[in-house]
Amino acid sequence: MSSPSSRFAKITLLLASLFAGSAHAAPSAEGIVVYNAQHESLTKSWVEGFTKETGIKVTVRNGSDSEMGNQIVQEGASSPADVFLTENSPAMVLVDNAKLLAPLAPATLAQVDPAYRPAQGKWVGIAARSTVFVYNKNRLNQKELPKSLLDLAKPEWKGRWAAAPAGADFQAIVSALLEQKGEAATLAWLKAMKTNALPYKGNSVVMKAVNASQIDGGVIYHYYYFGDQSKTGENSKNTALHYFKQQDPGAFVSLSGGGVLASSKHKEEAQAFLKWVTGKGGQDILRTENSFEYAVGLGAQSNPKLVPLKNLDAPKIDASRLNSRKTVELMTQAGLL
Amino acid sequence: MPSSSSSTSAATAVADVTHPATTPGLQLPGRRLPLWLSGSSLLVSLLALLPLAFIIVISIQTGWETVARLVFRPRVGELLFNTSLLVVLTLPLCVALGIAMAWLTERSDLPARRVWSALAIAPLAVPAFVHSYAWISLLPAFNGLAAAVLLSVIAYFPFIYLPAAAALRRMDPALEDSAAALGLAPWARFRRVTLPQLRLAIWGGGLLVSLHLLAEYGLYAMIRFDTFTTAIFDQFQSSFNGPAANMLAGVLALCCLLLLSAEAATRGNARYARVGSGSARQTVPTRLGWRWGLPALLLCLATAALTLGVPLLTLGHWLWSGGREAWQNDALWPALRQTLLFGAAGALLTVLAAIPLAWLSVRAPSRLQRLQEGCNYITSSLPGIVTALALVTITINFARPLYQTVLTILLAYLLMFLPRALISLRAGIAQAPAELEYAARSLGCTPGKALWRVTLRLAAPGAAAGMAMVFLAISNELTATLLLAPNGTRTLATGFWAMTSEIDYIAAAPYALLMVLLSLPLTWLLHHHSKRTAGR
Repeated sequence: MSSPSSRFAKITLLLASLFAGSAHAAPSAEGIVVYNAQHESLTKSWVEGFTKETGIKVTVRNGSDSEMGNQIVQEGASSPADVFLTENSPAMVLVDNAKLLAPLAPATLAQVDPAYRPAQGKWVGIAARSTVFVYNKNRLNQKELPKSLLDLAKPEWKGRWAAAPAGADFQAIVSALLEQKGEAATLAWLKAMKTNALPYKGNSVVMKAVNASQIDGGVIYHYYYFGDQSKTGENSKNTALHYFKQQDPGAFVSLSGGGVLASSKHKEEAQAFLKWVTGKGGQDILRTENSFEYAVGLGAQSNPKLVPLKNLDAPKIDASRLNSRKTVELMTQAGLL
Repeated sequence: MPSSSSSTSAATAVADVTHPATTPGLQLPGRRLPLWLSGSSLLVSLLALLPLAFIIVISIQTGWETVARLVFRPRVGELLFNTSLLVVLTLPLCVALGIAMAWLTERSDLPARRVWSALAIAPLAVPAFVHSYAWISLLPAFNGLAAAVLLSVIAYFPFIYLPAAAALRRMDPALEDSAAALGLAPWARFRRVTLPQLRLAIWGGGLLVSLHLLAEYGLYAMIRFDTFTTAIFDQFQSSFNGPAANMLAGVLALCCLLLLSAEAATRGNARYARVGSGSARQTVPTRLGWRWGLPALLLCLATAALTLGVPLLTLGHWLWSGGREAWQNDALWPALRQTLLFGAAGALLTVLAAIPLAWLSVRAPSRLQRLQEGCNYITSSLPGIVTALALVTITINFARPLYQTVLTILLAYLLMFLPRALISLRAGIAQAPAELEYAARSLGCTPGKALWRVTLRLAAPGAAAGMAMVFLAISNELTATLLLAPNGTRTLATGFWAMTSEIDYIAAAPYALLMVLLSLPLTWLLHHHSKRTAGR
């Protein structure tokens, strides 16, 4: 019994069974795979709510917008993903342009405010977020704040502001700038940013640095502030938000998107997931939990602590035109990546 | 050897230094080597060449013009400057601190030397990115080059300390006595007699430190210091596996190869053993007295406070404020389970793959065999992110069934950590008498059976040590796991990383503690091993 080869076989069997035990980690026939670039905690709430109501299992792969968008494009028709959720829209547009998205169920589209979904109906807005300038209240007063996002390229802002250029959030803001002002102006702005701004890894880290007086201000999205305020406020107590408004590039409202992959083998379940996310259950989570992102469902309410979406005076930008590849190329050219 | 954040390759350094050569094997005359042995060792070595071959193929495919545009740009110069500055500043500090601590704990009458010696190795039990988590949550303004250098010294000086202490312990005091008799003052004696004897330790440990500096991701990402590895990761996040990321990986691989050949060229071939009969007597510890004793004690205290005090303090603080709730995180325990699974499977696979290579290197050394071994060493010294990026691109384009599977990530671990298994296994096999294996064969065993039933059983302790080292390297691995993991995977390291990215330091603390607890046994093993090889 204890001959070495039988012991070896036993060990192998044991390991194999352990892996079989963890098979739920791999995509299984019964559930769907979501490639998730949205915040992990928000998607987790969505997944839990959806699974609880429908019994459909969901496996989540986490990553960033552009990473997963490009990944799906490379995976093509054999992508294991059924659903793609983004923080911002450029990566969704990338996948859409590669003709990899299936049309969404009309019932899903009908749940979302037409202002927050592209007309062709290949994907849909699931939440929204506003660009803001977070600043340290002890270091800047109202008068000194930049009037426009473009002001941050001026020499007087040298070494005084921060952003997270490797993050999809900031890249979405740049793609909007590109759509509004064109390639030359955007590259010039990015080059000025290379000189003026300090690069951090992640929006929350930018806010933390502003809060700790390491830097005067930073370009982030609004909800990092509200999220921290709802917890201990430890990383935002010295900060305030400045909304650019007046249709400035810095008032850009970015749309988080959701789409079903044309290659999905579980289309029905995948469609059901997006229907749930854009429906009452999913949009209520945006209002009641600590994500502080804007709800985009028809008649859905956002968290009352937020400045209402309609008051932000955002620039009118067609989300389906935002170009993530060009953006990354320009940022690489400017030396930010 | 280095993966970003793995802090366990010190063992390799120790083994490199303390076993400069394995005992030559007895070759069985007139019998051919079993084909499956040489075949599988060749296969493993060819696999090891994948990442390098990939970089070359990609560069050719991309075309010179694009390569030039992506490589010869200011950003690459900036990264090269940052990375070189980091190495140039960190290395001397690591060497100085490592040697000072080694001398104090081995050669002086410093009180509680054993305790200080254990404390000097203990920082290795803390993954590098946990060090930086501890510092950044204590001092939010901590960033940039100075922070990077300080943290690198803290995380990596034991790589110098370990081999230096082992060498000092083995050194024959008679050499120094002769120098004293010839009239050399104590300081000159140290410089002219002791220090040259530490050359191997300094060169080997220094190479290991430098490779870690090039490969580390989490430590530098957290304190806002850009190196090639962090920039490759940024590019990956922005474009999956675009040409820009691959070209940065190419430059990084070149830097590693440059370091490897520089070390090989300058190592020299001087003798370090005593010549003549008899055995060395015990060293009489140098008396420090009050004038030197107090600063020496202060140095030890300060080192322990910076390397261990800060992580323990901040970790304790976050664990305390998190309370029991932080442990009820429903992702924590699956992450532990996943880590144990990856570690166990990866370690088993790596040791199995190392058996043919190790056996051949002991029993049938040849030029081809040494070449194969070299391939494995070079690949394992490439940063994990380079290997991972290569495997992503290869599997997605040419081996789709393997894409995003457990098998691919295990292969990455195998390529990254094989030498750890190889070194321990080789030492184990070298201690198993070849005659027993031959006797088994003459009694009718097939070569494979003889290897399995005789030699491998005798080499089991070596195999176990190798497995432990691979296991712990895997459990702290970050970048390759992030890039290659199958859907839904979460290890302790990636879980910790996700939490710190959302600056949720409380939720990150239990992950960090579990990683430290997993690493502790290895650190103990290293300590024990370095004592044993020195004959005490």
